[in-house]
Amino acid sequence: MTEFTPWLSLFGGSLIGLAAVLLMAFHGRIAGMTGILSGLVPPFSKDWDWRAAFLAGVIGAPALIVATTGYTIPFESPTPAPWLVAGGLIVGAGVYFGAGCTSGHGVCGVARAAPRSIVATLTFMATTAITVFVIRHLVGGL
Amino acid sequence: MVRIPSAVVIGLIFGSGIALSGMANPAKVLNFFDFAGSWDPSLAFVMGGAVAVTAIGYALVLRREAPIFDRVFHLPTRRDIDVPLIAGSAVFGIGWGITGFCPGGSIPALGLGHGEVWLFVGSMTAGIALSRFARHIVATCAMGKAV
Repeated sequence: MTEFTPWLSLFGGSLIGLAAVLLMAFHGRIAGMTGILSGLVPPFSKDWDWRAAFLAGVIGAPALIVATTGYTIPFESPTPAPWLVAGGLIVGAGVYFGAGCTSGHGVCGVARAAPRSIVATLTFMATTAITVFVIRHLVGGL
Repeated sequence: MVRIPSAVVIGLIFGSGIALSGMANPAKVLNFFDFAGSWDPSLAFVMGGAVAVTAIGYALVLRREAPIFDRVFHLPTRRDIDVPLIAGSAVFGIGWGITGFCPGGSIPALGLGHGEVWLFVGSMTAGIALSRFARHIVATCAMGKAV
């Protein structure tokens, strides 16, 4: 079980939105993690510098929260290691060909009412829910 | 140059949002999708908050001629719904359902220092690299046939 956290989640979601707006206002870029990360997979894109800087900030954020507030960020990964590897490869291939993920399509694209992003978001939300149902309720866990 | 520090600060805000919202916690993500079991609706509040703020903010920002550190806004222009979009998104969902990790949730989670996250992100990055290589090979073969 995980605790239902409507206010903290709404606050966190608003920060994600704020970051997306600032990245557009200052750098003219969509805050899509797939796109930003893809530019750092060899061959590097020419504008790798702001991508690396953004990722450094993203990775540093949890440490900063812990250091400044003492809040312990809940984390639990129930998936066995071989499935993490398989799942990672599947996610990587999926977001590459689907040209985006939860951040790029689900937040930025849906906020722009981009038809491709709306279709992508509905598609991956559906297959995620089906996968979770199959694993938890038909197979009985990994 | 202010451009690079600006990207770091915006990354910090993004990563903080992910970490606080619960998106960096695979168990919470999986529970959001488990309608038939231990359903945790928190993620609807993450998406709702993020989309609302982004929609309002974009509407204001995109009235400007250009962003502050660039000459143009880099906005996707495609509007066609094609097979790679749907198939890729469907496949992504399967991986998200297996692990509870998406790219935007897992990369900030790297900063929590758990080995599982590094294993997932390493595999995901390999998945992106292999897919790009596969597309390159297919494109090269197609060109060879055309000649």
